[in-house]
Amino acid sequence: MTTANENVVLHVADVHKTFGGLHALSDIDLQIEEGKTHAIIGPNGAGKSTLLNVVVGRLAPTRGAVVFDGQVLTGKQPHEINQVGVARVFQTPEIFPELSVLQNVMAPAFAKRDGAFKLNFLSSLADEKQIREEAEHMLEDIGLIHQKDMHAGSLSRGDKRRMELAMCLMQHPKLLLLDEPTAGMSRHDTNTTIELLKKIKERGMTKVIIEHDMHVVFSLADKISVLAGGRIIAEGTPEEVRNNPKVQEAYLGGAH
Amino acid sequence: MNLQGIFSMSRKDLTTLVIFSIVVLALPIWLQPFGAAYPDLMQRFAIFGILAIGFNILFGLTGYLSFGHAAFLGVGSYTAVWTFKLFSMNPIPALFFAVIMSGLFAFIIGFVSLRRSGIYFSILTLAFAQMSYNLAYSVLTPITNGETGLQLESSDPRIIDSMFVGEQAGLPVSNFFGLEMSGIPGFYFCAIFLIIGFFITQRIFASPFGMMLRGIKSNQTRMNYTGFNTRPYTLTAFVISGMYAGLAGGLMAVTDPLAGAERMQWTASGEIVLMTILGGVGTLLGPIVGAWLIKYFENIFSSFNENVLHNLFGFLPDGVESVVVEITSMFVGEGWHLTLGLVFVLVVTFLPGGIMEGYRRITAMFTGGGGDGKKANADDKQTQPAE
Ligand SMILES: Nc1ncnc2c1ncn2[C@@H]1O[C@H](COP(=O)(O)OP(=O)(O)OP(=O)(O)O)[C@@H](O)[C@H]1O
Ligand SMILES: [Mg+2]
Repeated sequence: MTTANENVVLHVADVHKTFGGLHALSDIDLQIEEGKTHAIIGPNGAGKSTLLNVVVGRLAPTRGAVVFDGQVLTGKQPHEINQVGVARVFQTPEIFPELSVLQNVMAPAFAKRDGAFKLNFLSSLADEKQIREEAEHMLEDIGLIHQKDMHAGSLSRGDKRRMELAMCLMQHPKLLLLDEPTAGMSRHDTNTTIELLKKIKERGMTKVIIEHDMHVVFSLADKISVLAGGRIIAEGTPEEVRNNPKVQEAYLGGAH
Repeated sequence: MNLQGIFSMSRKDLTTLVIFSIVVLALPIWLQPFGAAYPDLMQRFAIFGILAIGFNILFGLTGYLSFGHAAFLGVGSYTAVWTFKLFSMNPIPALFFAVIMSGLFAFIIGFVSLRRSGIYFSILTLAFAQMSYNLAYSVLTPITNGETGLQLESSDPRIIDSMFVGEQAGLPVSNFFGLEMSGIPGFYFCAIFLIIGFFITQRIFASPFGMMLRGIKSNQTRMNYTGFNTRPYTLTAFVISGMYAGLAGGLMAVTDPLAGAERMQWTASGEIVLMTILGGVGTLLGPIVGAWLIKYFENIFSSFNENVLHNLFGFLPDGVESVVVEITSMFVGEGWHLTLGLVFVLVVTFLPGGIMEGYRRITAMFTGGGGDGKKANADDKQTQPAE
């Protein structure tokens, strides 16, 4: 393994995760460099989502630790992990179905501005012009501005996903974790999402992206790790991974 | 916090507040044709209205269903009566301490109960309330006076009052600087608190805090991964709603200075839940409508007895009459809860959003549709669908 690198912002250090007898993750050592887009690919059940769950505090690793920006995340609560600058888009969208699209996108901005808890029940949402404008701007960017007053629950699957991405982006996180952000999207929406993700890359946001769609992976990733059976079986630039026979056998061959 | 910020309301909220205030203050007038314009009942309208809107801040916004809110009502009543006994018959200190004590009590119960959610939370609150009820009957008898209930006595110290007025004959009445808190003045006193309570609820509904509570109801997981620590939010909502219940309990003692443990019984907690669901969970006005309807019909139905029924159905042939009376008498008087239960089942089955949903459907019909519920109007916090 490489020695400590100055640019590494997320270090998943020697993480194991077992569920009963199942080794969902074994010997995972992953270093993500600042400002880069790091893709994680692998067949179904490889442990990709489990890896993200360990990073955001949904699951405690059986062994090992996660270090982000010099802080150990392992053992912290999910909201604390978000507050240090980690946001996540889930594989099945986690949104507020009963709130309006606009409110969905506004809520994360409050967590960013006011912290994990603020007792602000005497001020009015209508007076929060700055956050509202920012949210409307974001909705324009992702093309959901005309749906802003709709219940988020009545959006299509792809739109929910895009909205969840917008929710995360409202926080300007240092690290954005995306679990299959384009699944269920039309080709057109997938391409707009790719463009959006490229745009935020220019702003220097670090991203970890899990994706089955190779078109998305190869148009975004700086580096790819291939996960199979809970282990990283290959790692490198898109070119290196594409030409790696082990990968072709374990994954690309199976999928295509 | 600037004052302007506190009082800036949307035009819609302001209109609602003004109309609501007029409706409440004019209760003695418009209730007359319904035969309900007597002070005792109207006081209950105001008091249970406060209880229901407070409960709705917890249940309607966060989705946490407390089955123990009557405990806070009881704590409020006991505290108010003790304040009368020890300090003064003025209702203001009594209500102040009632709200503080019930708030503290809610903090403790909420702190423990909110470690769980869903049915486990409900059961925990129910257990705490039943414990309080049993304690009030047993160990705490020195404080609660057990089964007899806590009452005023002429030997009470009333430290503050005794500095200003000498010994009086008979039991004192709670009075707001001389104005006795019974009858119509008592109603108006409660009505003002209902209006203030309603105003505060409107503020909460329209605030970022209110949106966070709705977020918790909608998807707590998303709240956590968005950086919100949800526990203090739910605990605050729990304490605020406990304080509303304490205020209601205090007002009960103000209008009638005695406190009994039966006020804390689980049926009383259940009644609060019924009021809120019947009127419309999560709406601003629904819980008040529910409280008023239940209190109104309780009053009517429970006053029916067999004699009244015989008179009512006197026109029927004898054999038929006795059968009809036999059947209807099951639903009135003591059996009024059976009627309530039936109505409740009907409403929950056909109008899950409560009476407010019925109202919305009807207005949507007359304004030419658009009421497909697909739009969540972001400016209109009061018509958020319940579930
Ligand atoms: N909470 C859990 N409890 C028990 N087993 C789990 C849990 N979460 C995941 N697993 C198991 O761990 C393995 C890895 O699951 P994971 O969801 O991480 O796969 P994945 O790579 O994200 O797959 P997919 O591409 O289908 O999303 C699977 O066998 C899964 O059944
Ligand atoms: Mg997955």
